[in-house]
Amino acid sequence: MRKVAVIGVGNSKFGNRQDVNVTELAFEAVKPALEDAGLIPKDIEFVAVGSAGAGAWYEEALPAVIAAEYCGLTGAGLVRCEAACASGSAAVFTVYSAIASGQIDIGMALGLEKMREVDTLTVVELIGRAGYYLWEFHNFGMTFPAYYAMHATAHMAKYGTTEEDLALVAVKNHKYAALNPVAHFQKEITVDEALSSYPIAWPLKLYDCCPVTDGAAAVILASEEKVKELKIDTPVWIEGIGASSGTGNLSKRDSYVGLKSAVIAAQKAYKMAGVGPEDIEVATVHDCFTIAEILAYEDLGFCKKGEGPKLIREGQTEIGGKIPVNVDGGLKAKGHPIGATGCSMIYELTKQLREEAEKRQRQVPLKKYIALAHNVGGTGHYCYVTILRR
Amino acid sequence: MEVGFPTIKSRKLTIVNHIPISKTLKFWEGLKEGKIYTTKCKKCGTIFFPPAGDCSKCYSSDMEWIELSNEAEIETFTHILVRPATFQHYEPYTVAIGRLKEGVKVLAWLTGAKLSEIKVGMKVKLVAKVTPEGEPTYEFQPI
Repeated sequence: MRKVAVIGVGNSKFGNRQDVNVTELAFEAVKPALEDAGLIPKDIEFVAVGSAGAGAWYEEALPAVIAAEYCGLTGAGLVRCEAACASGSAAVFTVYSAIASGQIDIGMALGLEKMREVDTLTVVELIGRAGYYLWEFHNFGMTFPAYYAMHATAHMAKYGTTEEDLALVAVKNHKYAALNPVAHFQKEITVDEALSSYPIAWPLKLYDCCPVTDGAAAVILASEEKVKELKIDTPVWIEGIGASSGTGNLSKRDSYVGLKSAVIAAQKAYKMAGVGPEDIEVATVHDCFTIAEILAYEDLGFCKKGEGPKLIREGQTEIGGKIPVNVDGGLKAKGHPIGATGCSMIYELTKQLREEAEKRQRQVPLKKYIALAHNVGGTGHYCYVTILRR
Repeated sequence: MEVGFPTIKSRKLTIVNHIPISKTLKFWEGLKEGKIYTTKCKKCGTIFFPPAGDCSKCYSSDMEWIELSNEAEIETFTHILVRPATFQHYEPYTVAIGRLKEGVKVLAWLTGAKLSEIKVGMKVKLVAKVTPEGEPTYEFQPI
């Protein structure tokens, strides 16, 4: 297998982006990524687009085709990857694999989602259907907040996790989002505001949930030969990628206090990279709901099972703590344009590893220059863990 | 849906899927008789819920129907206030996952209990029923 590096990244402004359509949004990520890499569109041999809601919450059924057309990438090999909320990471995995295998030298993963063209309850419906429609939605109307709420209920019952612990995750992530120019939310919140917010799916409240966000992010990957040929200053190497999956029926899971697919994906990524959780200096984890960030701490081995709440209470996942997590605001406050999230995580970690994080207060101090992205699709239906090193 | 930006409306399309249930028909018919059936693989003995026509463990398609007990223990639950577009006509509802003594787990509504009374580990019964709209379903109820 050949070595593969991230050589260019771009991230659109996340938020309510009804000022642009899906292709125009893609352009906002593709253009800066190409400029960052010092490339032009025809240099890109293959494009993998991560997008989950094509033809559902936005009107276009073949977003890869029209985004490539709009961005002048037509002619490159092209595919759309679907792994629910991990579609962006599935796109990264696809391009990584194509380069590592020797099939291509330069490729782009483009994460893309346009979620605000329909009303919120329709989005709740469409995402709720994306578990197992026949067995868990048709008669029972499960929603995604509800799937994670079930994990929160179980974690609270087993480990004494509290609603305040969950609120602390929201407060931390809003704090960093307020310092991130691309984030959807630009304001800090308090524990009291989080605790008194409207209940969505008990025990989760409004501030436990990520917003409905439009956004795009692009990541350009290249082989080691191309990195040398192009004289890339600060390549960020993909040292490990692990992928796994879980059942569609939540009723078939062994337990609800963690995501097994995340544990397995992390084990694979750590093994491939030859590192452990203690080596990670900055992480982006899939905090679509506050409980999901606590599960991630445990599933990734940042702490022992059941000790996730302790990490957040002690501030260990803030900058200056043991392992800074989601210092870009996370899905919770940067926003979660479903298919874009995986690529946006790589955007953030690449900036961190190059010591280019904006604003500067968000820059994590680094010694080993090793970072980890944890991107979950659904409620552990899919999981991708990617380890980067500068 | 956002105001403030100029947009054009897509053409309206209503989609209704016709989902095949030939392989699980006894389950759906059983609900109407107040019984909850599921499938067991005759070759390897695995019991499935939801019922399946094919065994994902040993790949046999030789399945038999068994009736499930109705005793369950709640493993986790939630109370859904923000409901999907097609569930707007319901009051907020509680959904639970219960483990049956056969070892399989079931996700269904839990009715007839206040949220404050529901606990992980609580014993409930699983009941087949037909909704007022005539749709077969099943739910947990307090014992």
